[in-house]
Amino acid sequence: MTDSAIEAEGLVKTFGKGNVRALDGIDMVAREGTVFGLLGPNGAGKTTAIRVLSTLLRPDSGRASVGGYDVVHHPERVRGMIGLTGQYAAVDELLSGSENLFMIGRLLGLSAPVARARATELLEAFDLSDAASKYAKTYSGGMRRRLDLAASLVGRPRFLYLDEPTTGLDPRSRLELWGMIRALVADGTTVLLTTQYLEEADKLADEIVVIDHGRVIAAGTPAQLKTRVGGHVLQAQPADPADLPATQSVLASLAQDGDEPYTDGQLVSLRIDDSSALGQAVRRLDEAGIAVDDLSLRRPSLDEVFLAITGHLAEDEAEADKEQERSRR
Amino acid sequence: MSTATATLSPVGKSDVIRNTLTIARRNLLHIKATPEQLVEMSIQPLMFLVLFVYVFGGAIANSSREYLQFALPGILVQSVAFLPFTTALALNVDFQRGVIDRFRSLPIARSAVIGGRILADGARVAWSILIITGFAVLLGFRFQGGAAGALGAFVLVTAFGLTMCWPMAFIGITARTTESVNTWGFLIILPLTFASTAFVPAATMPGWLQAFVKANPVTSVIDSARGLLLGGAVATPVVKALIWMVVIQAVFAPLAIARYRRRV
Repeated sequence: MTDSAIEAEGLVKTFGKGNVRALDGIDMVAREGTVFGLLGPNGAGKTTAIRVLSTLLRPDSGRASVGGYDVVHHPERVRGMIGLTGQYAAVDELLSGSENLFMIGRLLGLSAPVARARATELLEAFDLSDAASKYAKTYSGGMRRRLDLAASLVGRPRFLYLDEPTTGLDPRSRLELWGMIRALVADGTTVLLTTQYLEEADKLADEIVVIDHGRVIAAGTPAQLKTRVGGHVLQAQPADPADLPATQSVLASLAQDGDEPYTDGQLVSLRIDDSSALGQAVRRLDEAGIAVDDLSLRRPSLDEVFLAITGHLAEDEAEADKEQERSRR
Repeated sequence: MSTATATLSPVGKSDVIRNTLTIARRNLLHIKATPEQLVEMSIQPLMFLVLFVYVFGGAIANSSREYLQFALPGILVQSVAFLPFTTALALNVDFQRGVIDRFRSLPIARSAVIGGRILADGARVAWSILIITGFAVLLGFRFQGGAAGALGAFVLVTAFGLTMCWPMAFIGITARTTESVNTWGFLIILPLTFASTAFVPAATMPGWLQAFVKANPVTSVIDSARGLLLGGAVATPVVKALIWMVVIQAVFAPLAIARYRRRV
């Protein structure tokens, strides 16, 4: 087996007589057994990329292969290796949870008893046994996502595509889903994940490409991307909130290149290039007689990475592009 | 969860039938979840039968008993012509919900999704025909064309129901919303079923309408069913009906499948 399990080269896909370039020359290589993250705001082209890689859409130009098979020339081969979980849960609402999974098992060629056993096994693994015979339309959002994920796993796919799997989920369901994804990867599944949550890519992905307007604007491991932005963020939390202004002026004395400390009302943060600043901060805060609850040096978040690469925050664009994405359906 | 990851083999030709049956089963299971569907395919046509026969029967044919003989073939065909609405609506919803995406990402025959839909609708059509005819017999309907005629009528009307699934499938796949499926469906099915010989003979209608009624494929199916159920000349209407069915399928099956392939 090759190292590169999912490969794309110069993928282009346009919609609406070529006016909308949803994919504008995407290159990416995902290695087997890892989580590969496609990160970008709404309308960046993530879903289109997933649809091309799952053979639902033909690219206008460029090529892509999954497990060594070209998505255009051997789509059945590719379909036999992938599991797809869409942006909105694609479960059949008028079937029960177990009927949904049984149907997929039958479609994949399992005999009735094997399909039934597989359904039971997955319902158990995804904590849906109690709701097994209830109609999926009665499920909560989190339960639907779990059933959708279970449905994409019936055939034990080598490659699992998760298109914004946690969009719209509450924090607890999101954490649960993350745990399930990690367990699958530990079992050897290769996961292609799209997300607009920078934190999610940071937590789950081994490698990330950041895409915007159908182009790759950055690629690498989460750590590499953070290093690209450069430096660190120094954060101090005074024990007494009254000391906030004093803390801010102490940190200001450490600032370089016109950077200024900023506060959210509890923490004072400062972007720095030189990690020796931490020691100086300890000394100067002590000299100023300020007691701190917390003093830390951290890497910038992916939010800050996105801001540094594109010059705008991911959220700024989300609203404007939502319309565009919708009209494409 | 198991640690094994397996590569499934690509679809063989024999899998097409099994895939189609699995999807047909899935569509029929929906009836359990939405009992309205059972009302639509059983009680609604019976209501039509009773209303038409007892409200209009005396005025149109002097007695409701006589009118029942005349109207049953028309009501059968009309009910069957409306059933493919479900084909259109269900396909439309499957697209909107992403269920079709799931099917298309599976290593299954692509034709199985539409095939399974139409097979399930064929079962619903056959069920409706049996319910309506059985009830009509209770009300006093008598087969005057013999057993062979009755069987021929059922086969022909069922085939017509299946034929109408194709244009409706085309509408269901093309339309962006269920509302527009309803609008287009009614615009097409309602005039076709009413401007026919379903409820009254064409003789009293204005000339332009008679011309439409004569050309209407629904008329040829009704005239065939009437001839087969009541006895009478059937050769001309049956040939016309068969030609119409072939033409409708030849036009709309490729259109529906092309739309299905292309819709993203």
